[in-house]
Amino acid sequence: MAGIPHDHYEPKTGAEKWLNSRLPIVGLIYDTIMIPTPKNLNWWWIWGIVLAFCLALQIVTGIVLVMHYTPHVDMAFASVEHIMRNVNGGYMLRYLHANGASLFFVAVYIHIFRGLFYGSYKAPREITWIVGMLIYLCMMGTAFMGYVLPWGQMSFWGATVITGLFGAIPFVGEAIQTWLLGGPAVDNATLNRFFSLHYLLPFVIAALVIVHIWAFHTTGNNNPTGVEVRRGSKAEAEKDTLPFWPYFVIKDLVGLAIVLVIFWAIVGFMPNYLGHPDNYIEANALVTPAHIVPEWYFLPFYAILRAFTSEVWVVQIASFVTGGIIDAKFFGVLAMFGAILAMALAPWLDTSSVRSGKYRPMFKWWFYLLIIDFFALMWLGAMPAEEPYASFSLIASAYWFGYFFVILPILGVIEKPLPQPATIEEDFNAHYGTASDATPAE
Amino acid sequence: MFKKLAIGAAFALALAPVGSHAAGGGEQHIEDFQFSFEGPFGTYDQNQLQRGLQVYTEVCAACHGLKYVPLRTLGDEGGIGWTGDQVRAYASETFTVYDPELEDDRPAIPTDHFPANTAAGAPDLSMMAKARAGFHGPYGLGINQLFKGIGGAEYIASLLTGYTGHEKEEAGSILYENTAFPGGWISMAPPLSDEQVEFADGHANDLHHMAADVSAFLMWAAEPKMMARKQAGLVGVIFLTILASMLYLTNKRLWAPHKGKKH
Repeated sequence: MAGIPHDHYEPKTGAEKWLNSRLPIVGLIYDTIMIPTPKNLNWWWIWGIVLAFCLALQIVTGIVLVMHYTPHVDMAFASVEHIMRNVNGGYMLRYLHANGASLFFVAVYIHIFRGLFYGSYKAPREITWIVGMLIYLCMMGTAFMGYVLPWGQMSFWGATVITGLFGAIPFVGEAIQTWLLGGPAVDNATLNRFFSLHYLLPFVIAALVIVHIWAFHTTGNNNPTGVEVRRGSKAEAEKDTLPFWPYFVIKDLVGLAIVLVIFWAIVGFMPNYLGHPDNYIEANALVTPAHIVPEWYFLPFYAILRAFTSEVWVVQIASFVTGGIIDAKFFGVLAMFGAILAMALAPWLDTSSVRSGKYRPMFKWWFYLLIIDFFALMWLGAMPAEEPYASFSLIASAYWFGYFFVILPILGVIEKPLPQPATIEEDFNAHYGTASDATPAE
Repeated sequence: MFKKLAIGAAFALALAPVGSHAAGGGEQHIEDFQFSFEGPFGTYDQNQLQRGLQVYTEVCAACHGLKYVPLRTLGDEGGIGWTGDQVRAYASETFTVYDPELEDDRPAIPTDHFPANTAAGAPDLSMMAKARAGFHGPYGLGINQLFKGIGGAEYIASLLTGYTGHEKEEAGSILYENTAFPGGWISMAPPLSDEQVEFADGHANDLHHMAADVSAFLMWAAEPKMMARKQAGLVGVIFLTILASMLYLTNKRLWAPHKGKKH
């Protein structure tokens, strides 16, 4: 792999040489796990490992759950209860899988916001960022379809509402919705295709994860200073980095173990806390739940979806200009997907030459406000669609777009950044007070 | 940094449950009953579950079913805990089921489930204690569930004790005022009253006690593996804490030379 200069695998014994000349797999694994990693990475960098663990956990528990689950509208709900009551350890598998989805999203949100703060999306890591966004989209699709499988009330009505979004697309919407559902409404065909795709998408995610890792192993990791590793020579690079194994593997495992203590406590002591009680009622097309609420990890974007009602002037203008083609419903759908697209476009919207938020005095505050905005949207997404929540949702949604499309481009021009350390080594030594007994930078 | 991370994670998890914001009329009143199974170390009270089963059998089963609950699970540990003979006797003396092979009804056996029953539109109670949340606050955030639990059993007990005695007729059916029911009016007539069920051990059988007993039983019916789950939770948390500590020390030692510290 290109990038930071470091030692490569050299086959020594005859058997190693034999294998290496046919399939250089040992070298590939060696280069991957021995990759030089900036030694100043802080604890916000552990979430990649947590995410890898989540993917593995979901696939393993999921495969075993499939052995006992029946994807049919008349049997799905009962088969889940069969897992809960009759399958050995089945209740644990299911609670791990259901709460594993929540851990997955906790980790991905922290991972994304870490990238947004430290400028990990900036050149030359745009591909890593875009692939990451694709992984996030696949995760959302997988989680949504997985939530339909237990065939509870919230499964059914969530599926009805979300597939209804596609129905909002002008002209072809209804046809697309019917095609997605496999019929005029959420029914057995929908359940079966969601089951099939819920099994498929995690493997797509796994493939994208490999591309994600490949991309940032080519560019090297970002780090809290945003200053690049020196790559003039191997000796120089070694002052800024340490190999991933064992230094970062062990450090990441510390983080993972601590996260798992909390995760296991939730699974063991309060496994239904993050779920919705209505999903313990079997799906019934004739009874609509009082509030249809998506899972917590969709709420921020659900709030944006609902924020743009026909009373909002932007919506009215859009509707007028397009001759009514973009109505409030379609505008909401566009806004929701636009909110995710805005994140994906961050590498090109951020004009600042400084990568890390640590050295951006103005950016910092806007970023913290974005975090608050995200939690505010999450709360608003769970509230009924009425005042004052509707107005709050609109303000919070406006800030989300404002941050990416207005604040990021302007800040790069008007902000005066703080001085950055010349090298990663300098930052590391300053932090640990080891400057005196280490080789000075430059 | 470590502290920041921990706070960050705790913050994220604390705010996460906004999704559990749930249905409910404005002035729903849920009493916070004290149950033995609350909290991370809470366990089912076997005697209470047996009393609750008796209330269920003599009162609720007239209209409601428990179609997802196999009768044999009455003999499971961490629940009712009956012997095989007790389960067989209860099944055959209490319920008859239709057997398609015999093309006739026969007494129930332990491998049968509690019968389904939807008399007068009564909902199945198998998962009722998990299908209703008693607590949603503050501001719909559901954070109080961290301390009080989700409150399904509290909801059921509050419903059974929440009748005000007022009734009204609407669209040809009678509705009864109930302080726990969303909207305030329920079509179920008050099902339980003081001293309706006689317990063999002479345990208190006022409405409040019986409502708590049957709610505990329904919590067991909804979550029969709760005690095993909490046990696994405790063992896992202890094990993972030890693992995390050892990894932390390993990591500290591994990095020490690079951080200019002696180890």
